Amino acid sequence: MTALLEVNHVSKQFGSDTKALSDVNFSVNEGEFVSIIGPSGAGKSTLLRCINRMIDATSGEIIFDNMNVMNLKKKDLKKVRTKIGMIFQHYNLVNRLSVIENTLHGNLGKKSTLAGVLGLYSQEEKEQAVNILHVLGLDEHIYKRADQLSGGQKQRVGIARALIQDPRMLLCDEPIASLDPNSAKIIMDHLRNISTKLGITVLVNLHQVDVALKYSDKIIGVNHGQVVYNGSPKDITKEDIQLIYGSEAEDLIFDVGGIHAS
Amino acid sequence: MQADYFEKKKRSTRLFLAILGVVTVISIIITEYNVVKGFSSLPKAVEWGLANFYPTQESLTKLPAILDKLIETLLVSIAATTTGAVMALLFAILGSNTTRVNAFFGSISRGIATIFRNIDVAAWAMILLFSFGQSSLTGYFALFFGSFGFLTRAFVETIDEVSGSSVEALQATGAGYFSIIFQSVIPSSLPQMISWILFMIETNIRSATLIGLLTGSGIGFTFNLYYKSLNYDVASLVVVVIIVAILFIESVSNYVRRAVL
Repeated sequence: MTALLEVNHVSKQFGSDTKALSDVNFSVNEGEFVSIIGPSGAGKSTLLRCINRMIDATSGEIIFDNMNVMNLKKKDLKKVRTKIGMIFQHYNLVNRLSVIENTLHGNLGKKSTLAGVLGLYSQEEKEQAVNILHVLGLDEHIYKRADQLSGGQKQRVGIARALIQDPRMLLCDEPIASLDPNSAKIIMDHLRNISTKLGITVLVNLHQVDVALKYSDKIIGVNHGQVVYNGSPKDITKEDIQLIYGSEAEDLIFDVGGIHAS
Repeated sequence: MQADYFEKKKRSTRLFLAILGVVTVISIIITEYNVVKGFSSLPKAVEWGLANFYPTQESLTKLPAILDKLIETLLVSIAATTTGAVMALLFAILGSNTTRVNAFFGSISRGIATIFRNIDVAAWAMILLFSFGQSSLTGYFALFFGSFGFLTRAFVETIDEVSGSSVEALQATGAGYFSIIFQSVIPSSLPQMISWILFMIETNIRSATLIGLLTGSGIGFTFNLYYKSLNYDVASLVVVVIIVAILFIESVSNYVRRAVL
């Protein structure tokens, strides 16, 4: 397997003294499902946003599909972004537009300015959107306005918008943090399927350690802007968890002893 | 410690009231305003108003002319608001932190809007009197500048409030600037913007009456004309017509607002 994404010595500094990331290194293979875990404020969101340059890293290099993302000009950056889908904690849909319009937004990156401004989509694009929404179980909601949906449904629209891009990789920033356990499971199952069946690489920021361990091929533990664990979920130990979260394992809300039970 | 805190709070309240009292007394002395006389003349003013200031049968013959001026005033107010809104949208997109091209243009466009907003419509009318003289064009431009300044500010806040997150999402898909503006920013903020425009039209119709006094045009001028020529019955008819028009416009705009929001 080849590495689709390589993050080498990436650091990010906000202002003069806030260091969000320091010398982060890891690589992600094609089709892998990777979870990034760590306490709030550890730099998980910053790390994810550095990859598609929603935030510019201060130093280091980010190689995506054999291209150094850090050196790209505006036009090439947009091209790379069309190959990377992004999913947000708060879904970030246009609430007043319909589900299908929000889904089709995923294609805007490939359109000319005029077609984008006027919202002109071809018949194939519309059919593709309907197919994706069907796979995600949103058939009944295609023409509903996004603000009429529940949180779980909104997040599925977010996934649909990312999938219509035909991406090589998905970046998911706390995709289930605002969802109830049921909807969260549906979303995680969909993400896992996307990785397994479509071969799309998935990189997820998660707060729920048990969820991360259950779904991932690889875990990256981040604390204070540094990678403190990088390996398989099978090999993770109590001590590793302690290192990532900086607290006694007994103080955590879930049972570390049971993490390998299932 | 706790007693201190409440004692301090009481003391600052007392101090504030004392200052307010002193300022009031000084103002009364300087302007030689007699409080007792001021209030006691109120009943007399009402009495005079009831005796003279009401429309009569014959003043109704002037109604078509008055309505003509009223419609002119309404149309000028609406035109000033809508054209101001188009300019405001442009400046708001450049000035909003979510959609600005860069920080430099952002602060320039917000700065321009602030200048236009902080000069009152009446002040604009006086300034423009020099260039355009007493015409409805002066009134139009005064309302246009005022609306432009106010709406830019309102639109900037609307854009920042409603579209930040979806703009981020569309940027992440690689969408271009104009696609993002037209597919995300405008659809999300349009209802609130329409609501602001309706509010501005209502405000402008009210101001237009006063501006008309200055610029010698519209319904304000009509009122002035009849009032100064001691035609109190016709002048009062003008007032009634204005009030009815304002109530009508407000109910229409409330209806539209409910429909779009």
